Amino acid sequence: MSTETSSAPEPSYLAASSGFKSWFLTVDHKRIAVMYLVATTVFMIAGGLLAGMVRVELFTAAGDLMDADQYNRAFTLHGSIMVFLVIIPAAPAVLGNFVLPLMLGARDVAFPRLNLASFHIYMAGATLLLLAMILGSFDTGWTFYTPYSSTTVGPVAWALTGVFVLGFSSILTGLNFIVTIHKMRPPGMTWFRLPLLLWSLYATSAVQILATPVLAITVLLLVFERMIGIGIFDPALGGDPILFQHFFWFYSHPAVYIMILPAFGIISELVAVHSQRSIFGYKGIAFSSLSIAIVGSLVWGHHMFTSGQSIYASVLFSFLTFFVAVPTAIKVFSWVATMYKGEIQFTPPMMYVFSFLALFMIGGLTGVVLGALAIDVHLHDTYFVVAHFHYVMMGGAIISYIGGLHHWWPKIFGRMYPQRLANVTSFLVFVSFNLTFLPMFVAGSRGMPRRYYEYIISYQSLNQIATVGAITLGISLFVTLGYLIYGAFRGEPAGDNPWNGLSLEWTTVSPPIEHNFHDQPTVSATPYDYDGWEAEENARAEESG
Amino acid sequence: MSSSHKTEERPAWVASFFASADQQRSAASLGMWLFIGQEILFFSGLFMAFIAYRWLYPETWLSGADVLNKWLGATNTVVLLTSSLTMVLAIRDLQLERVKWAIRWIWATVALAGVFLVVKAFEYTHKFEIGIFPGTHYEGGAVEGMAGLFFGIYYVATGLHALHVIIGMGLLAWLVHKIKLGEVSADKDILAENIGLYWHLVDLVWIFLFPMLYLVR
Repeated sequence: MSTETSSAPEPSYLAASSGFKSWFLTVDHKRIAVMYLVATTVFMIAGGLLAGMVRVELFTAAGDLMDADQYNRAFTLHGSIMVFLVIIPAAPAVLGNFVLPLMLGARDVAFPRLNLASFHIYMAGATLLLLAMILGSFDTGWTFYTPYSSTTVGPVAWALTGVFVLGFSSILTGLNFIVTIHKMRPPGMTWFRLPLLLWSLYATSAVQILATPVLAITVLLLVFERMIGIGIFDPALGGDPILFQHFFWFYSHPAVYIMILPAFGIISELVAVHSQRSIFGYKGIAFSSLSIAIVGSLVWGHHMFTSGQSIYASVLFSFLTFFVAVPTAIKVFSWVATMYKGEIQFTPPMMYVFSFLALFMIGGLTGVVLGALAIDVHLHDTYFVVAHFHYVMMGGAIISYIGGLHHWWPKIFGRMYPQRLANVTSFLVFVSFNLTFLPMFVAGSRGMPRRYYEYIISYQSLNQIATVGAITLGISLFVTLGYLIYGAFRGEPAGDNPWNGLSLEWTTVSPPIEHNFHDQPTVSATPYDYDGWEAEENARAEESG
Repeated sequence: MSSSHKTEERPAWVASFFASADQQRSAASLGMWLFIGQEILFFSGLFMAFIAYRWLYPETWLSGADVLNKWLGATNTVVLLTSSLTMVLAIRDLQLERVKWAIRWIWATVALAGVFLVVKAFEYTHKFEIGIFPGTHYEGGAVEGMAGLFFGIYYVATGLHALHVIIGMGLLAWLVHKIKLGEVSADKDILAENIGLYWHLVDLVWIFLFPMLYLVR
């Protein structure tokens, strides 16, 4: 029933239907992405407020605002929410879901119903995790280390079941993405014409499928340990708590790459589009994503240098940890080289690229510091570690995710947010972020341990700087949320391609129609062909061949 | 909802977002293989724990394996291997349009799965009778050392495997339903293929569990 003359324009995916059921039971990847966007934002606010509580408590050296138990619960919930409910799903499930089929020129992911199921499973897991928060003292930290987690009273089993269920959601999303990238590419879309975001989502999905099941069996064993005492992590029965650490980090270190690899992809897109220049080192960036995924899966032991594991294992893990810096540096150099002689646009997404490069460099290089065996013994479980992983997780993953939201917001909602306000706010976010976490490096290197609700007075001034920074950061992020929401509903119409991007999602209307494209798009060059010579060359090769 | 894109030569059961039946089939197949990959990693955690503790407590592991009934374990291995055969025969008959036989072979697979579970239940009840419970609840005297740990892993590993068997029986019954509705047939057999793959995975996990728990000395 296709009438060739389209008299009335097709409604966008947002306007195609309405009502609760049209969202809740949708199989449209774009609507699922928007639902994930709402859910992860709500959880990010909750996790952020908990972080605020932790920082306010640490404003003075004495434990005056909360008692020790409340503090333990606050940082446990902050960590669990941010890791399992926000950072792991945010970039793949929100931006990945929205742009992956669009960038690929596909009409949807390979398994749309499975995609919807992933979302509902995610919500079920989130409910279980939050239930543990309501039911009582869940205070093991997000790492669930045994024997504390297997012996403490409280609803730890609920939280563990929540993590188990969330793992399913993560695995199914990864599976869906890999199949989509393999099987749904349109004519002309060869592997080396894929936008780099898709390469990094591919690597992310591979890690999700390979590592998450190990977390699943780990938390399941811990649930059995708590409920029927199978003894697997209980020294009294011959079990070994260190085995839990091995299992846990076998997933949770690769999980760090689940969080940061999509960020690398986002930055690769942003830096090319907002410099209006062909990406430098396409294959280098693409393959470094894969090698980070592979090597990153073999470094879990660097979390355990002080656990009493074999020193030979530690040396190996330390070496492999250093090795991860190589492909990571290849990426950073490629991004900087891309900007060189480009027409750098000072747009909000580009501001976040600058933030990312600075913050991620600090986070990455302090990671190398922590990977060194002798230094790690001194810095283990201090605020240095806290600062390091916040620079990577928030400065890397969250900042690039926010930058990606600014980049694709006009595509998702068809409207533009106030750009000048966004630029100013992004600068505030950058400054207050450093104000929050830089002092922690200092406090940590001077020996301030993590996870304590009171501390000796000599750390107080550093902590006060951090708390002021955290509050400013919180306010800046609320402003960001405010103008993004305003932009989505009331902003100026953005046009189909406000940034002059060349990947396929910019060739369709904003917001996209329900089926993404009016006609099946075809591809003749990489999406970074700003000089047009690559398409020319390909055309010439086709003519002569 | 009218789709505005051009319709080529394609059967109606191909979903609108796939270009062809072939694409849909190979997507479903790749998805299943990835799922199987993650299942294997799921069980690999248990295998790893078993091997690590075997290395720490070799005597316990040896005497623990002696308590397990090798004949019942071997019987179950034969039963599951046979069920994989009947599963293959079912898919073959489906592809050759012998629907009646396909359904018979699927029911045979379900029946063999049932036999497996009954044998397993006998094994479990016998152990419960002589006080062999997992972990802290262990009260049998047959095994020295860390017996609770050995049987803790034994019950979790075989229990999770049995759960996969039960899920498989449900999937097979659902497959019969789909075949009777005509939604699965010779030219749209991917669901049957995928459930068959799942069933072979269940078989495969047992092929590793049986020697590891019962036989290795």
